[in-house]
Amino acid sequence: MDKAELDRQFSELYRAHLRDVYSYAYYRVGDHHDAEDLTEQTFLQAYRHFERAVRESDGRPLRPWLIRIAHNLAANLYRDRSRKPQTPIEDTGTLRTLHTTEDLVEGRDELARILEGIKELPDDRREALIMRFALGMDNREIARAMDRSDGATKVLIHRAIKQLEQIVSARQGGPA
Amino acid sequence: MNEGTAPDFEGLLRRALVPVEPPEDLAERLEATLTNLTEMAAEELDAWELSAMRDPRNWVRPVAAGAGLVVLRVRTQQKRHRAQAATDAEFVQRMLHAAGDEIRRVLRR
Repeated sequence: MDKAELDRQFSELYRAHLRDVYSYAYYRVGDHHDAEDLTEQTFLQAYRHFERAVRESDGRPLRPWLIRIAHNLAANLYRDRSRKPQTPIEDTGTLRTLHTTEDLVEGRDELARILEGIKELPDDRREALIMRFALGMDNREIARAMDRSDGATKVLIHRAIKQLEQIVSARQGGPA
Repeated sequence: MNEGTAPDFEGLLRRALVPVEPPEDLAERLEATLTNLTEMAAEELDAWELSAMRDPRNWVRPVAAGAGLVVLRVRTQQKRHRAQAATDAEFVQRMLHAAGDEIRRVLRR
């Protein structure tokens, strides 16, 4: 495949998945500033290795590969800064930006508790939920992004949801 | 979807984790940067990538429309820095400083 065709395909990939990468980055790092940096770096890395990825993908979708790049870069970011995410996603301003008026009226507190609870999950569970619910990825895609088997991914997501339910329930004062 | 999990809780999760639209200027900036990168040789990209990975805040994100300009200016200085550097590490350091200088110059415009 010549370079012009590779560049054209990369442009398609970028347009198709910019929102996915940005959404993942935002929920992963917790603020728009870092999410922009992470998104930029993800596509830079992706461009660098695109030809090989196309060759090895065997026709499979490249979204899991992109998300995996973002995951690795986010891990490096935290390692370099030696800190955990300082996630402001519970802020009312952020909620107002991301959610419809109807959502806010009907369940703002509940949504806030869920977002807060997600931060308490172990990294792999949190990431699996982001991929499933924010990006709409299926088990197979998530498995590829996280380098796990389909079965292990299904179990991971199930446990993540159960743990989050318990966290949210405890925050509401209900039975854990 | 998951046995033993209340379906309405998954619905709440879906509402909580809505997809986030990227800012318009991010898309424009990224397209401009990628366009410039398509013109860069692999060796140059290696050096740029190393410097960018050092600290994401040193990347060209504050420059917005001037991002491509920074990349191109730094690229033109690469041969000089390569000639002046005794080691690869020093070369990367020189490129990093050059990128920082160019970003500051564009921000002052």
